[in-house]
Amino acid sequence: MEITERSLWTLIHGMGFGALYLLACSGALVELYRRYSPGAANPIAPGDDNFLKVYLVAMSVLAWLTVLTGAYIIYPWYRAAAPAGAVNLAAFPQRLLLSNSATCGWHSIGMEWKEHIAWLVPISITMAAAVVIRYGRDLRNHPQLRAAVLCFTLVSFLAAGIAGFFGAMLVKKAPVEGGRTIHLMDGE
Amino acid sequence: MLAFFSIAADKSAFLKSLFVIYKPTGPLSGVTTSSILVWLIAWGILEWRWRNRTVAQARINAVALVLLGLSLLLTFPPVAELF
Repeated sequence: MEITERSLWTLIHGMGFGALYLLACSGALVELYRRYSPGAANPIAPGDDNFLKVYLVAMSVLAWLTVLTGAYIIYPWYRAAAPAGAVNLAAFPQRLLLSNSATCGWHSIGMEWKEHIAWLVPISITMAAAVVIRYGRDLRNHPQLRAAVLCFTLVSFLAAGIAGFFGAMLVKKAPVEGGRTIHLMDGE
Repeated sequence: MLAFFSIAADKSAFLKSLFVIYKPTGPLSGVTTSSILVWLIAWGILEWRWRNRTVAQARINAVALVLLGLSLLLTFPPVAELF
């Protein structure tokens, strides 16, 4: 069982950081809604409060790692220019997609949207984390601010979902492969 | 700002070349870096101005959500290409 270096980085970006972020979003949305609901009966324990702050900071870090690895490690491999006259475009995913009218949309809409919308994810969740850190338990007394935090977290989730979907489709249509081959384990 | 910079880079070869901060990533490096800088500066300014004030939260929320919605829309390539 083997994987190339570039494929490993794509896996780290998409599954290690991106998918983990999407999973974490569901927890954040539920907790932000439930915990700071003005109608909630129980007071928030300081430990719970600190846990959510750490959780949101961790989500922010995940989101930034996702976009930075995407833009500065994987994207250069994706958009690499093929030498003139190259016939086999497998090592040049963007060129491979654009070479066929049946697949060019995955780049012109998929990647072009993904590479921009993904940046809304860390920006939105960083904002949400900053507000929760600043206000803590007092957020319960600011319903409009709580609503803004919920909306931005939801938008962050939506943007991550769009970027993740197109990332998954792009890796199926034109995988980023190459570099050193890493041997994982022998098969049976 | 991200959508604005992206559309501007697509329309102008000069701006596109200006946005290339890291060559392997191309104009995306400058578009995203500029957008993040604008966001951080705006955050700093608003923090400084509103730190000790009670602001009209509902109106600010509305503006923020409209801008967020616009950014979602304007990053969508078929919409961006209308400009």
